Amino acid sequence: MAVVFEKTRGLAEKPFHYCPGCTHGIIHRLVAESLDELNLIDDAIGVAPVGCAVFAYDYFNCDMQEAAHGRAPATATGIKRVHPKSAVFTYQGDGDLASIGAAEIVHAAMRGEKITTIFVNNAIYGMTGGQMAPTTLVGQKATTAPYGRDENHAGMPLRISEMLATIPKAVFVERVSVHDVKHIIQAKKAIKKAFQTQMEGKGFSLVEVVSTCPTNWGKTPIEALKWLQENMIPYYPLGNFRNTEEVK
Amino acid sequence: MAKVTFDENRCKGCELCTTVCPAKIVVMDKDRINIKGYHPATVKEMDKCTGCASCARMCPDVVIKVEK
Amino acid sequence: MAKELWKGNEAVAEAAIKAGCRFFFGYPITPQNEIPEYMAMKMPQIDGCFLQAESEVAAINMVYGAAGAGARVMTSSSSPGISLKQEGITYIAGAELPCVIVNMVRGGPGLGSIQPAQSDYFQACKGGGHGDYRLIVLAPASVQEAVDLVQEAFDIADQYRNPVMILGDGMMGQMMEPVEFKEVKKRSLPEKTWATVGTKGKRKPNVVNSLYIDAADCHNHNVDLFKKYAEIEKNEVRVDTYNVENAEIVFVAYGTTARIVKNAINSLAKEGIKAGLIRPVTLWPYPYKAIEEAAEKASVKAFMSVEMSMGQMVEDVKLGANGKKPVYFYGKAGGAFPTPKGIAEEAKKILGGAK
Repeated sequence: MAVVFEKTRGLAEKPFHYCPGCTHGIIHRLVAESLDELNLIDDAIGVAPVGCAVFAYDYFNCDMQEAAHGRAPATATGIKRVHPKSAVFTYQGDGDLASIGAAEIVHAAMRGEKITTIFVNNAIYGMTGGQMAPTTLVGQKATTAPYGRDENHAGMPLRISEMLATIPKAVFVERVSVHDVKHIIQAKKAIKKAFQTQMEGKGFSLVEVVSTCPTNWGKTPIEALKWLQENMIPYYPLGNFRNTEEVK
Repeated sequence: MAKVTFDENRCKGCELCTTVCPAKIVVMDKDRINIKGYHPATVKEMDKCTGCASCARMCPDVVIKVEK
Repeated sequence: MAKELWKGNEAVAEAAIKAGCRFFFGYPITPQNEIPEYMAMKMPQIDGCFLQAESEVAAINMVYGAAGAGARVMTSSSSPGISLKQEGITYIAGAELPCVIVNMVRGGPGLGSIQPAQSDYFQACKGGGHGDYRLIVLAPASVQEAVDLVQEAFDIADQYRNPVMILGDGMMGQMMEPVEFKEVKKRSLPEKTWATVGTKGKRKPNVVNSLYIDAADCHNHNVDLFKKYAEIEKNEVRVDTYNVENAEIVFVAYGTTARIVKNAINSLAKEGIKAGLIRPVTLWPYPYKAIEEAAEKASVKAFMSVEMSMGQMVEDVKLGANGKKPVYFYGKAGGAFPTPKGIAEEAKKILGGAK
């Protein structure tokens, strides 16, 4: 019998601490598989965020740094400038990247830092217990938006991929989802492409992964995937916003 | 002839694998609990498995190995 | 090598390069701009990297990344910018990364002024960021000393895996003085086996981190840090003294202020008043022992901490004197500085009272 599927060596042995059904685990696996399949894992240096993925440094089988909240792109910049040949990536949630780290991600993209950012958007602060994120949908309830997000009070959710795609040196920007097997396969393709773009030295690459938070959404994992399709994807449309073919 | 094996103690009972199996043979084993206290996912009718690995790709906890 | 005339900021930058610093991440703020400007000019010529960050916050986190990746790295700023860097500094201290941070202090609080001050003593020596940690703080009093200390600072940082701050001020950064770039005695330094350089498939992953989620682990991490700090306190205290023997009043001052105090001492001597100076070169670890020894001298009637602030270091002078002799304070803040005449008059007032 041949192995059709098994845990990649890009992942460490430690089981994930994530809640049951949390899609972080799928996304971790896709990143690790991509690094392994592209033969990058032994030189890779990752940067973990603050938030649910704060322990990402325990899960990837490569050197890792744990950054301050939102600062992963700056930390990754420091790493990449020292090790320009290594695959350097940040793995960040929406509170980390789109709120406190908005400046760092925009300027890393502006400089065309040759790093890859995996941006996990589940429209809520997971680790701290379900507070409103900049990506929380209008009307969506959060512990700091108990009546639902009011656009006249808290504004409209930030579409990071669309915003970053306006930056010339953000050369690969794609939004994907992991709500079913077909989309998981597409997501991996995008993540691999992002790393290839980095290694070709073309500029900054980001893959936004629309994700769930069953615990803080107050849903079962299966319900959460359904809610993602019905509510997240209409506001956060999937697709490629920038790719290297456009870049001369 | 295909085979799926579950690294059972990593399973958190989220049930996502059960939703993507085309043969609908991945089920939660309600008779047992694993070390984490969940009913783990399992396959009872292995002869119907096609080895498509959909369950493994959907699993957030890298529980499943597929051979064919 | 012959002496050359160098501006403080540029000399500091050149000293860093001579010490092997090849990565610099900065952000403009007066009065330290010549440091990033010099780095921007020089780094591309020597295969180094100067990068202007989007903020001081980003700059210090780039330092974190580069230091964690094993590089010799520096950043510089001035007071309000250092306030912003405090987030990164505590992470760097927590993750035990070596780096050098230059602070050319200006008046505060808030936007304050752009003139020289010493009102960052607290944020340099007493924490600054959150948590229990220490920066090694070096306080040069001349451009020459700044050059020597910057070069050594990288070795000190590497030896202890600890951030080192050079605490200058706007005067130090802006004035020109004769400088000789000397070979600094090299320390024997440990290999950076902890750095994130890629596993090459040959070892377990290295992790640069300051998170210890389990309280007992975090406590133990703090205990380990403080063992290191005790070692630094034992090995690295530096102090300079001037005329302390037989002095009636001992001034305590650091950095450029110490030079003003020397003028006051010399003018007091002409009036037959014996005054001396204790000049801490390391502000942390602080030379408490030198203060204590002076406090035990029969000739010494009082101490006076002289600062370009409203009185910050004076608290450490009191700790050193430990109640054995009275400790007075004289200072100017916000960019103003004490004059020799003002210092001498204040000293005479104190001695009059003490006599």
